[in-house]
Amino acid sequence: MIPLWPGQPSLRHRLIWQIVALSALLAALLFIAVRYSAETASSASQDAVLAAAVNSIADGVRSGDDGLVLDLPYATFSILGAMGEERIFYSLRLGNAFLSGYEGLPAPPQMPEDLSPVFYDAAYRGADLRLAAITRSALVENQTQLVTVVLGQTRFGQAEIARHTARNAAWLGLGFLVLALPLAMLSVRNVLRPVELLTEAVSRRGPHDLRPVRHPAPRELSPLLRALNGFIARLRLSLQLAETFIFEAAHRIRTPLSLVRTEAELALSEAQDEATRMRLRRMIRAIGESSRSASQILDHAMVLYRSDQFEAAGFDLAALAAGALRDITPVAEMREIGLRAEGLETPCPLTGDARMIEVALRNLLDNALKYSDPDSTVTLRLSQTDETRLSICDQGRGLPADAGDLTERFRRGSNAGDVVGSGLGLTIVSEVALAHGGRFTLEPGKEGGTCATLILPRAD
Amino acid sequence: MRFLLVEDTDELAQAVASRLALEGHGVDRAATLADARDLLRAAPYDLILLDISMPDGDGRDFLAQDRAAGGSVPVIMMTASASVNDRVTTLDRGADDYIVKPFDFAELLARCRAVLRRHAGAADSLRRFAGFTYDPLGATITVGDETRELRARELRLLEILLSRPGQAYSKAHLIDRLFSFDEMVSDNAIEVYVGRLRRKLEGSGARLETLRGVGYRFFPE
Repeated sequence: MIPLWPGQPSLRHRLIWQIVALSALLAALLFIAVRYSAETASSASQDAVLAAAVNSIADGVRSGDDGLVLDLPYATFSILGAMGEERIFYSLRLGNAFLSGYEGLPAPPQMPEDLSPVFYDAAYRGADLRLAAITRSALVENQTQLVTVVLGQTRFGQAEIARHTARNAAWLGLGFLVLALPLAMLSVRNVLRPVELLTEAVSRRGPHDLRPVRHPAPRELSPLLRALNGFIARLRLSLQLAETFIFEAAHRIRTPLSLVRTEAELALSEAQDEATRMRLRRMIRAIGESSRSASQILDHAMVLYRSDQFEAAGFDLAALAAGALRDITPVAEMREIGLRAEGLETPCPLTGDARMIEVALRNLLDNALKYSDPDSTVTLRLSQTDETRLSICDQGRGLPADAGDLTERFRRGSNAGDVVGSGLGLTIVSEVALAHGGRFTLEPGKEGGTCATLILPRAD
Repeated sequence: MRFLLVEDTDELAQAVASRLALEGHGVDRAATLADARDLLRAAPYDLILLDISMPDGDGRDFLAQDRAAGGSVPVIMMTASASVNDRVTTLDRGADDYIVKPFDFAELLARCRAVLRRHAGAADSLRRFAGFTYDPLGATITVGDETRELRARELRLLEILLSRPGQAYSKAHLIDRLFSFDEMVSDNAIEVYVGRLRRKLEGSGARLETLRGVGYRFFPE
């Protein structure tokens, strides 16, 4: 098949790439979402632990007799320390004065105002820390003062969890992407299947099939289908117009031609001068030629038309052949050419267009008579084996050595010589054979002359 | 034979009628189907030549009505349309044969002869001439007790000669009337048929004489 516009994007590729690109975007979003929620969850759990721990430290701060007393809750520290490689830092301040723990541990950006802790991130001693700060009031030197407890924990475990989730999320995204490609191809194939079926149905048609396309198609394709059928209908109409025109033209040409011919024949019968008679004879032959051409053009148009609207029906080929033979008998007798029929005694059922077969047969018989000499015989032979063969053999001049394809339009054999003809006869016959799924052969006869054979598939 | 020619084109009708007259047939012409109906009631015809498209109707309908009314005069349809459908519908409605315009006169006469022969039984078609009996429909001549069959061109030649006994015919004239114009024949071809006819006529009182440089003459001895 010839690509109409090479390099045009394919619908299939476009769909596949779009689905894959969308899947990639979704995979990236999935990755980000999974990572974010994992980090949120893990930092929430760290905050909860820190809150509990800082609360328990703050609870250990009390006013003693000689100042502030801190009971370090060792259990809490050991729980915090048990969490992997994490390190913990704390500091205790009274107002702005450092009391105990690690000096320089970053203070919260904002002092907590109520009893609940505030959380913040800061770097300390080369490590990222998550910190919780809480304030309590204590009676020191008969004054209520604010005690701030800050507890920090490294985020090694956090980072590990983040890396882990990121890796999992990445694998998940990748898997999603890998799965998306074959799924996209599968679904695109499913979606495009009706288009392919329609294309097949249209391209399977014969060259003369101009019936509207009735193939079921999805709703989205129906405008295209309507446009296609509209186009076919217009094409058919213009073909019909051309055919009507040919019929009409052939008809219009015939009446004046027959008048000219009859007048010329009359003039010939009265003319005495040999030169005039010769001219009149040539004239009559030329008229014969044009009327024969008109008939064949008409036959050809008819055959093309009927191939388009091919309607097969059962008929008896033997009876049809006998009728055609009877029709040309007077002409054969006039020329003293014998006609012989073989195999017409038994009926020969055939499925096809009887009119078309008849036209083919008439053209073949006409040809055979034309190329036969007086006292020779034209034989029509019908044989039925696994196919039906109808051959018409003459004893005429035979085929030229350079016959080539005589079924080509307007082609005539180089030895046609003075025989009147248009060169359409055999074209008509082979078109008829083709329309019936058969073929047409032209071979030298066994005893000289030519055998034209129409081979048709048998009726089931 | 008496022919009824139903044809609306005047010039064509005239030409066909004079050509048929040349063959020795009597021709009445009807320009409309109504005329044809009247003529058919008034006189017996041996053959009707009927054009399909007439100004006052379709020749096929006329034929169907005639057949329904019991008419039995053989009919050859003439048409300017060569479509097989026309041919088939024509023959279905009772026409005996069918010829497409423009026709070869030799072919028209051959078809007329074939149709008339099929409807033979008219004994009055026998002709007697100089010691032989000629049966144009059976294509035979009888000399004494012997019946001899004539082949198509011998018969045709005899018909031409019998239509004007005693007249001289040139070879060219005979060729034109004996052969279809599609066939290319030499002037000498006529000698073959003259020779054959002479042999068939042997023993009768008819003579087919060669006029040197002119042609032939047929006359009773």
